[in-house]
Amino acid sequence: MAAPQDRRPGFSKRAHLGLFTSYVAASAGAALGFVVLVVSLLNPTAFAFARAAANDLAAPAGEVSATTRSGGKTFIDVISGYIEAGSKNAQLKQELAVARSRLAEAEAIESENARLKALLDVRETDGTPVATARLIGSSSTSTRRFALLGAGKRDGILPGQPVRSAKGLVGRVLEVGNRTARVLLITDGESVVPVRRVRGDISGFAQGQADGTLIIRLIDLGINPLKKGDVFVTSGSGGLYRPNVPVAIVRNVTRDGAVAQIVSDPAASEFVVVEPIWQPITELRDPTEGPTP
Amino acid sequence: MSLGGDRLPGSGLFSRRINRAPSRTLATIVPWLTIALASLVPLSPVIASAPVVPPLSFMLLVGWRLLRPGLLPLWAGAPLGLIDDLFSGQPFGSAILLWSLAMIGMELIDGWLRWRGFWQDWLVASVVIASYLFLAHVIASIAGGAFAPGLIIPQILLSFIAFPLLTRVIAILDLLRLARIRVLG
Repeated sequence: MAAPQDRRPGFSKRAHLGLFTSYVAASAGAALGFVVLVVSLLNPTAFAFARAAANDLAAPAGEVSATTRSGGKTFIDVISGYIEAGSKNAQLKQELAVARSRLAEAEAIESENARLKALLDVRETDGTPVATARLIGSSSTSTRRFALLGAGKRDGILPGQPVRSAKGLVGRVLEVGNRTARVLLITDGESVVPVRRVRGDISGFAQGQADGTLIIRLIDLGINPLKKGDVFVTSGSGGLYRPNVPVAIVRNVTRDGAVAQIVSDPAASEFVVVEPIWQPITELRDPTEGPTP
Repeated sequence: MSLGGDRLPGSGLFSRRINRAPSRTLATIVPWLTIALASLVPLSPVIASAPVVPPLSFMLLVGWRLLRPGLLPLWAGAPLGLIDDLFSGQPFGSAILLWSLAMIGMELIDGWLRWRGFWQDWLVASVVIASYLFLAHVIASIAGGAFAPGLIIPQILLSFIAFPLLTRVIAILDLLRLARIRVLG
């Protein structure tokens, strides 16, 4: 194919000016982008209001697509369910019998726990969820990992509250709009979750790697005691995440920690639960109020 | 009487020809609208735990720019990037900056290359998209998160493959853009 038509303006003064103006406008756009970018890098919440408003506006589209997703998932589940119904049934019956006895034990431990905590006067919120909502979108093209939640200020959601699904931890609320909220997924590079191995008292931090895995760093350095298949749960340090919520399963052991697969893939969970901050003792006080005892 | 000679295949797809003319509004607004709508991709059913979806809105911008040079003004990158920034999860301003630079860059490439063809357009688009994804990742890693260029390689490869398909979509949208919907007289 031949070259595109020549867009050089020739001798026309007006065309020259038009071309010049469009270059000026484009460079001004780039400069504006640079300034805005620097501002938002220095202060990440500077433009939260614009994002929240835009997401509130576009939320209905996300709700529709979230419904489509759960519909599509159940369709596949129905088919695969028919194929492996028999063997699964027998296996589930066995598991149920074991689970019943475990549940009884767990209830006993829970009541004992409640009694002991009352003795110690530990300040923490009960597990009543703040809201239940769908994840209506995610930053699927960016290397940052955010999800959009279909509930916001209206539903009592505040920044910092942890988000979990039935399977495990999903992330925490970062910015809140009127009807939507942005969730920092635990797989994002900025997210750090204090974790503990289910068996044995080994604690560490799980940091996101933006590719669906977490990197686990142990607090006590030395011989790495981790094995493939170890399950990590939240430890409750820091007071943000409620303890004993499943986070990740170890996939590869590294020299001083492990690479772990997240337990709760946000794509697989239809509804997520927003919980209150576990131990809200580190609330920031207004400095003008004067010292509080 | 046959008008076969001056007709593109499929150009009768959307409307009748006699006594009709393309609407100026529609002809202008379609590229803007399609790129803005593609910015809503983060609200799609895909909840990804890794960046895998090609940057559709940016690819549409590149595609429109290569297929119909001069249709989008040189400064179109800034307002369209602003819309994309609202939904993409990148630090605010990253698309405003990078899309503006991409528009200026493609204008310069256009002045430099003296020929035009499928393979060359694909190559130019691939280079532009790959540099965009890389720079976007650099900006995202400054804002927080690890710098791991290996992370975006699957996304870059997917974008390379998807681009020719996207140009076909743009060609159909171009027919819609020039649909004869205005009644003359």
